[in-house]
Amino acid sequence: MKIPILKLGDILLTSMPEDLTDEDALEFQNAVLEKINKTESNGIAIDVTALETVDSFMARVINDTAKMAKLLGTEVILCGINPQVALTLVEMGRELIGVKTALNLEQGVTELRKLIDAGNSIPE
Amino acid sequence: MDTITVELYNQSDIIAARQAGRDMAKKLDFKLADQTRLATAISELTRNVIKYAGKGLCTIRYTTDANRIRIIVEVEDEGPGIPDIEKAMTYGFSTGNGLGAGLPGSRSLMHDFSIESRPGFTKVTIAIFRRTQLN
Repeated sequence: MKIPILKLGDILLTSMPEDLTDEDALEFQNAVLEKINKTESNGIAIDVTALETVDSFMARVINDTAKMAKLLGTEVILCGINPQVALTLVEMGRELIGVKTALNLEQGVTELRKLIDAGNSIPE
Repeated sequence: MDTITVELYNQSDIIAARQAGRDMAKKLDFKLADQTRLATAISELTRNVIKYAGKGLCTIRYTTDANRIRIIVEVEDEGPGIPDIEKAMTYGFSTGNGLGAGLPGSRSLMHDFSIESRPGFTKVTIAIFRRTQLN
C-alpha cells in the first residue's frame, strides 16, 4: 500500500483511501509520522473525504495519528469528514474524533496556516 | 440477495462484510445515514470476531411485513466467549486495548441488539428497520 503524502512549502497534504484494513491504517499512521519527521513540516492536512465508514478502530487511529503529530510539534487538521460519518461517530458515543477539523481541504489549509502563524508569533 | 453470508478469516473480510451490509441497505432504499450506521456496526462486530475468535461468520438477511423492512445481521464465532457481557457493554471497557466503543457503540446505532455468549460460542444479532411508505 502506497499513500502519497505531498509536501507544499512547510506543510504536508495527504488523503486517506477508503476501505483501509486495520493493518493498512496503522501503516498510514507510521508513514505520516515518518514524513513529518523527515520533512520537519509545521503542519499536516489529512483529507478523509473518501472514508464512508469510520468505526471505533479507525477513529482511534486517526485520533492517535493527530496526537502523535502534535507531539512532534506539528499542527494537524482533519478535512472533509463525510456527514454520515460525523453522525455515526456522535451516535456511537463520546467524541471519538478529538482533532481540529475543517469542512474541506481548502479551509483546512487556511486554518493550518493560521495555526502555524499563531504558533510562530508566541513570544519566547 | 435474500441472504448473504460472509466468512470472516482476516481483516479484509471486515470490509467485505460491512460492504455487503451497506449494499443490501442501499438496494432496500434505506437512507444514507442508515446505510452508514449498519456498515459501521457490522465493522465493529466483525472486528471483534477477528480479534478475539480468529474466525467466524456474518449473515445478512432481511424481512418485510406490512409496515417495515428490517435488515438482520448475525455475527457469530466459536471463540472464547464474552465472560461478562454487562461489562463488555459498558462504554470505555475493553480487554483488547481498543476504545471500548465497539459493542455499546454498535448497540446505539441499531434498532435491535442482542448478544448470546458462552465459551465456544458467541452470537451478536443486530437489526435496523425502516417503514415502508404507503403514501
